[in-house]
Amino acid sequence: MTFIPNILFFIVFSIGLSLFVVNIKKVISNIRLGKDIDRNDRKKERWINMTLLALGQSKMVHRPVSGILHIIVYVGFILINIELLEIIVDGLLGTHRVFAPYLGGFYNFLIGTFEILAFLVFISVIIFWMRRNIIKLKRFMNPEMKGWPKNDADFILYFEIVLMFLFLSMNATDGLLQDLNTPHYLKAGAYPISIYLQPLYDGFSQSGLIVLERTFWWLHIIGILIFANYLYYSKHLHILLAFPNTYYANLDSKGKFKNNSNVTKEVRLMMDPNIDPFASAPSESPPEKFGVSDVIDMNWVQLLNAYTCTECGRCTSECPANQTGKKLSPRKIMMDTRDRLVEVGENYRKNKQKFIPDGKELLNDYISTEELWACTSCNACVEACPIGIDPLSIIMDMRQYLVMEKSSAPGDLNNMMSNIENNGAPWPFNNQDRLLWANEDQIN
Amino acid sequence: MQIPTLASMAAEGKKPDVLFWVGCSGSFDERAKKITKAFIKILNHSAISYAVLGPEESCTGDPAKRSGNEFLFQMQAIANIEVMNAYEVTKIVTTCPHCFNTLKNEYPELGGDYQVQHHTQFLKKLLDDGKITLEGGSFKGKRITFHDPCYLGRANKVYEAPRDLIKKLDAELVEMKNCKSKGLCCGAGGAQMFKEPEKGNKDINIERTEQAIDSKPDIIATGCPFCNTMMTDGVKNKEKEDSLPVKDIAELIAEAEDL
Repeated sequence: MTFIPNILFFIVFSIGLSLFVVNIKKVISNIRLGKDIDRNDRKKERWINMTLLALGQSKMVHRPVSGILHIIVYVGFILINIELLEIIVDGLLGTHRVFAPYLGGFYNFLIGTFEILAFLVFISVIIFWMRRNIIKLKRFMNPEMKGWPKNDADFILYFEIVLMFLFLSMNATDGLLQDLNTPHYLKAGAYPISIYLQPLYDGFSQSGLIVLERTFWWLHIIGILIFANYLYYSKHLHILLAFPNTYYANLDSKGKFKNNSNVTKEVRLMMDPNIDPFASAPSESPPEKFGVSDVIDMNWVQLLNAYTCTECGRCTSECPANQTGKKLSPRKIMMDTRDRLVEVGENYRKNKQKFIPDGKELLNDYISTEELWACTSCNACVEACPIGIDPLSIIMDMRQYLVMEKSSAPGDLNNMMSNIENNGAPWPFNNQDRLLWANEDQIN
Repeated sequence: MQIPTLASMAAEGKKPDVLFWVGCSGSFDERAKKITKAFIKILNHSAISYAVLGPEESCTGDPAKRSGNEFLFQMQAIANIEVMNAYEVTKIVTTCPHCFNTLKNEYPELGGDYQVQHHTQFLKKLLDDGKITLEGGSFKGKRITFHDPCYLGRANKVYEAPRDLIKKLDAELVEMKNCKSKGLCCGAGGAQMFKEPEKGNKDINIERTEQAIDSKPDIIATGCPFCNTMMTDGVKNKEKEDSLPVKDIAELIAEAEDL
């Protein structure tokens, strides 16, 4: 009989972990739907980038209030998870605070630190909630944040509040049981915060306290397993994906837009005077599609970007188009890409790794041309993202599809382009007149 | 005034140290031509060996690429590269951040590898090398704010060269609410210059001009012909064109030196 909790724990933990692995595999296979792009060069710079941005949160503090609160939650999350290790070992072996005898005084220091962190996380999360629900910061109120994105953000905060409360209550009842010299509850740990929760529970009998302590312990670990599996359905995947996303981020100048190498081949062929004009065109493969109209046209880094986005909206709040009331929101570009990717990924899985057309596309069904044509390519969104997401590359690739596959640029831009084509300038001036300014008035 | 072209110099068997890439705006736009002329005055004054391409120059293809027309961009780029490589160009200076960015970042892969500088970097170097000396003169004590062109600033991280030059004018550099890496776009980039803005509640250049005015400047300085147009229009919209000039850094220096 005494092994039942251990077996139960093993089952619960295994189910939680397997579901988590299944979900992560789905994320990875969806990202792999993207086209190849080489981001395995300059490894040292990539490690530095990841260390600074993801591990070091260096860009988060560009906005000090949310930045510092976020660092508290982040550090709290990572350190308190050390405790998770002990919880898992205890659960599997039926021990209680298994590390305590080995760590001695350091164990007390650890538990005390975790408690203080848990309290700070609790406070930070409440402030986060207030920023979204009472202060109603503008960047959390954009149209794309209605419905699920709003609820998702709040659910995450509620999860964290409940988990911290369970963690501290678990310690509070444990502390009371230790004071009562309860068998199995060895004297270990320091409880600088949960001691203030003890008055809530000190009316209970010893057996009542044991039930409470066990309940909090179980709910805490089950809560963590549920939260881990919630990630897949949530914007919260950034806690994992921020690391690969910053590692694989673009390291070149932000102004350098990639040159389409298929176009280069065609242009070189056209301009080569030695080419035989009567030679038949190589026809073994259909011509490559230019630009992006759906997620499978994107490269895998763009898809990774979409999954990594946590919808903080720093990009959108820095976007000059969005600030002046245009429809474009770089955050929405990322959210739409992710939502469509999830849909396309499901389609592949349902149809044995083949995509059955569903009559929808990212372009028009999710992202409108009005949004795409509002972009000034100023890179403010790219600069603003704390974890290296690049919405601009998606906007530019979609413009490329519109112009090169659909010939559907705004009329003014078509005029500009035909001017460049005909006379080498975006305006209708004669190229021979390029030096007229030199004769217009005396320079020296 | 005779402006040396690469063709005319080649005919005499000569080669300049640097190619001045004038750009479409600097060649054809009435306002931007003044920036070109100001920069030419400084080049002449400092006895720099330079030349322009003149009729052999063609649009870099930046607005085509940013509109999505990769084909037209590469046609332009490869044609320009053929011309420049034929003249064995190694160094380029330009007064347009869009040309600067495209030449510097997007041409190398297509076979055009040059040392490219924006004119504010070039002028800073002239100053550091003692080829020009700057004394504030008429700008002494004036409040000057610098509007960061996106393709100079965020795109290529050039923030200090233009600011150093303004400080050398003995002027008081005042920053806008959004500056450097957080600088707000003027609204012209990404080929917006050539189209009507999408529907919204304000034009971007008005928003930026308001930020500039909030910093209470005597002069708005910039380093891009398109930003110049947008900010000039913004200042006109606020009916301040008589009291708040919009000037390129090259113009400020030429004026300070009384060239």
